[in-house]
Amino acid sequence: MKWKTSDNGWSPYLAGALLGLLAIVSAFATTQWMGKTSFLGASTTFVRAAGLAEQAIAPVHVEENAYFSKTQVKVDWQFMIVVGIFIGALISSLTDRSFKLEKVPPTWEKRFGPSVGKRALGAIGGGALAMIGVRMASGCPSGHGLSGMMQLSVSAFVALALFFGAGILVALLVYGRKS
Amino acid sequence: MSIDLVLGLFTGVVFGFLLQKGRVLRFDKQVGAMLLKDMTIMKFMLSAILVGMVGINLMASLDIITLSPKAMNVGAIVVGGSLFGIGWAIMGYCPGTSVGAIAEGRWHAIFAVIGMLLGGALYAEIYPLVSETILSWSDYGKITLPQALGVSPWLIIPIFWIGTISLFFWFEKKGL
Repeated sequence: MKWKTSDNGWSPYLAGALLGLLAIVSAFATTQWMGKTSFLGASTTFVRAAGLAEQAIAPVHVEENAYFSKTQVKVDWQFMIVVGIFIGALISSLTDRSFKLEKVPPTWEKRFGPSVGKRALGAIGGGALAMIGVRMASGCPSGHGLSGMMQLSVSAFVALALFFGAGILVALLVYGRKS
Repeated sequence: MSIDLVLGLFTGVVFGFLLQKGRVLRFDKQVGAMLLKDMTIMKFMLSAILVGMVGINLMASLDIITLSPKAMNVGAIVVGGSLFGIGWAIMGYCPGTSVGAIAEGRWHAIFAVIGMLLGGALYAEIYPLVSETILSWSDYGKITLPQALGVSPWLIIPIFWIGTISLFFWFEKKGL
């Protein structure tokens, strides 16, 4: 097994194992300093960010909305994780020179061509659908896939199987034809 | 900034650094896994789970932390999980990786973020309807696999380890 990948990254086994350590330290640290164990996640932040944006236009509407009240529209611990992911990825990609401006992902381009408009349409439509699903299921590949699996939660096993099950089916239908 | 926010930011920076080093922020890696051609994200996720599972369950056994598994609400998990899978394949990112992808220069991931923000806003609008229908079907509550099977987590963890390590060997043998 190699520690470095051909594209100058770290072995996914190594980077993943280190992420497992981070999850352990984070569960400990949140319990100690925040009074309650919190597990890594990302998707609730998108609801909070949407709520914050909507608040600027229609504050009363946000206040009256049951889901926004339940989720609490504010910048919290998880919100800062998502901000931190951006910073961490920026530091890593700039220091090992894997930062690369890209207009359209290669796999997408092979199937749908270099049009940014088409890619934007796919990403916005797919993104909206994915976020509705993930909020319904109360967790994403971080919340269910990592944190839920680490806790051996039943819902995580089922959710992760369906994430990949549906994902594989659609990916083979959408991108599979030309390769 | 309060301690919560500082802790979150620090955790996120390390999280993002590792996601980028593992090269899992790429559209092609995520879709590559779904096309069963490139198992990088599976290796990354499963390695994190293997390590995390031991520490998390150990700390929970010693009452250092409390577990908070998400509810096994059948409609929520089955319908929500499937919808996510469909959207994920088309978008090519998950919530956590989308922001990291923009940071490493794949600026088109901004569209994925916009889509997810719209989805979040939309879900807040349809929540009352979803809550009365899909979410109300049947709910097994916040259960873990050891609770459901009535066994110790220390029986399940070694089995999970053996299964996953075997899968890793198979990935390497097949060059995935």
